[in-house]
Amino acid sequence: MLAPLVDSIVLNRRRRARRHRLVIGLLLVLVAATFVLTLLLGQSFTPPRDILRTLMGEDVPGVAFTVGQLRLPRAILTILAGLSFGLGGVAFQIMLRNPLASPDIIGISWGASAAAVFAIVVLGLSGPIVSILAVSAGLGVALLVYALSFRNGVAGTRLILVGIGVSAMLESVIAYILSTAPAWTLQEALRWLTGSVNGAQLGQTLPLLVALALFGGLLLSRARDLEALRLGDDTAAALGVRVGRTRVLIIIAAVGMIASATAISGPIAFVAFLSGPIAARIVGNNGSLLVPAALTGAALVLVGDYCGQFLLPSRYPVGVVTGALGAPYLIFLIVRVNRSGGSL
Amino acid sequence: MRPAAATARSVTAPAGRLRRLRALWLLLVAAALLVLVALSVAIGTRDVGLGDITSALGGKVETIGEAAVAMRIPRTFLALLAGAALGLAGAIMQGVTRNPLADPGILGVNMGASLAVVVGVAWFHIETAHAYIVTAILGAGAAAIFVYIIGSLGRGGATPLKLALAGAATSVAFSSLVIAVVLPRADIAGGVRAWQIGGVGGATFERIYPILPFLAAGFVISLLSARKLNALALGDELAAGLGEHVATTRAVAAFGAILLCGATTAVCGPIGFLGLVVPHLARLLTGSDHRWLLPFSALGGACLLIAADIVGRIVARPAELDVGIVTALLGAPFFIWIVRRQRVRDL
Repeated sequence: MLAPLVDSIVLNRRRRARRHRLVIGLLLVLVAATFVLTLLLGQSFTPPRDILRTLMGEDVPGVAFTVGQLRLPRAILTILAGLSFGLGGVAFQIMLRNPLASPDIIGISWGASAAAVFAIVVLGLSGPIVSILAVSAGLGVALLVYALSFRNGVAGTRLILVGIGVSAMLESVIAYILSTAPAWTLQEALRWLTGSVNGAQLGQTLPLLVALALFGGLLLSRARDLEALRLGDDTAAALGVRVGRTRVLIIIAAVGMIASATAISGPIAFVAFLSGPIAARIVGNNGSLLVPAALTGAALVLVGDYCGQFLLPSRYPVGVVTGALGAPYLIFLIVRVNRSGGSL
Repeated sequence: MRPAAATARSVTAPAGRLRRLRALWLLLVAAALLVLVALSVAIGTRDVGLGDITSALGGKVETIGEAAVAMRIPRTFLALLAGAALGLAGAIMQGVTRNPLADPGILGVNMGASLAVVVGVAWFHIETAHAYIVTAILGAGAAAIFVYIIGSLGRGGATPLKLALAGAATSVAFSSLVIAVVLPRADIAGGVRAWQIGGVGGATFERIYPILPFLAAGFVISLLSARKLNALALGDELAAGLGEHVATTRAVAAFGAILLCGATTAVCGPIGFLGLVVPHLARLLTGSDHRWLLPFSALGGACLLIAADIVGRIVARPAELDVGIVTALLGAPFFIWIVRRQRVRDL
């Protein structure tokens, strides 16, 4: 009697898993294609053969600089930052069951950005120590926002409002630090206020890669528990998830990724916020959002940076492009949430 | 629950004593304002002597000190006007929306004005001061309506939470758009920073005069709606029962506030959090009677903005800190405090 039912469930599961793999595959292709495009086509076209020879280590005149020094570091940094923002953002959104609870809205990105700009401008530091400070500050802000919104338990919406307040403060702290800096330039200000991958160097990508591997691996290893948390704390606990421990691990992992990326590229506006909901639209109800959201983040930053550099009438840092793109979506999302009280 | 306590006091205390108390506070705030105005002229990035100050007030600009003081005079005047306008607009908005989190900055109204001016200058080549101001007011109005509509969708109408979220989101959205519009246009006066973070630096009387009629109209409309706002505070049904046209009252009072915000933002850029903090502090002194609250908010706003401007000139010497940064640093903790104080049900 049960056999047909079981069969249909199994079939359904297989179909959904296939769909999930298909989505991930398509997103991978998209990211790879954009990556190749940004290598090939900048101010001038570089033939693929020359790029391959450069990547092999040959010294091709002209191309070695354009591709090796300019385009390649930038493209790699862009992808890593996008993956970090996408993955970190969606982890927060799933855990707090609210798309508005993304790290760039509740102030965590701003904390990392403020720490990075403080370390660079005031303390004169550079290199991995900046990332470490940014991660610590991000964790500190996460803790602060959580503590400030704690009152007979944490109401999700109070957390978001407190986060908005904290963001506003940190933003003015950044503006303050920059205004006391001896060489205050618009480019530098925009990096720390909206995010930019201008002037990327290959050396910067290594700490980011390490952070992504470490924290991203930690997060993905908890993917199943995170999915359970989505059903609510009580249900998750009943399913055997240690809610408190899982939550702490996820916060550390997500903040680690977001803050490491922010320390190098600045808080690229809305990527952490946008990736999750967009991925949710594509994936539907067919499985985990983590990997699709990370890939969506990478695609967003790649495409945004390419548009900002070459497709728009003047050159914009990537954060301005994603900001102008993400802002209407944020409003749309609020309209939808207000109408239905729905989630991601 | 300070406002409630204050109301309770106003019920128990003899009316005469209460009025004397409020009048005393009003005198104190006015005195504080005078002191701050004097300080604002005297203190700045450059230390000047008393002689320079008095001769500059007499209209002489021969020494560097005198020139510095002469530049501080319009700046102080602008800070006074802008502070009063934003403080009053904040009180009106809190009254109209019956929302403790309402503020021209948080609700995105100032950013709307900012965006409108930037778009007008970049794409429609508006040039005259009047065109600036009218554009800013239109932008402020459009933003206010937009945020109110978004915030009142769905169940429960415009709750504090929904309105604040809608406003914050709109603010962020507008601020991204402002960067996108201004960045390629190095020619737009003041560049990105001036339209992102408000300030009163570099004010001249020539730039202040055009906004005066708009501010005057805004002050009059706002102050006249005090009695009606008191009725609104009782709740829509009761206010309607008392014979108030609830919707008209809201629209008129909001129009006054929008005039104030738009005109201020046209000259100063978006200054946030002032309109949030001032009415709450004023309520501590006077209770929630709008006939007292509104004038107190105006005076208090002027005090606070001038004080914030003085602080901004001192802390970052030899550079200056835009007053918008100072108000955000002071105001954001206040915002968090109010959010925490609200009951869980509301949030």
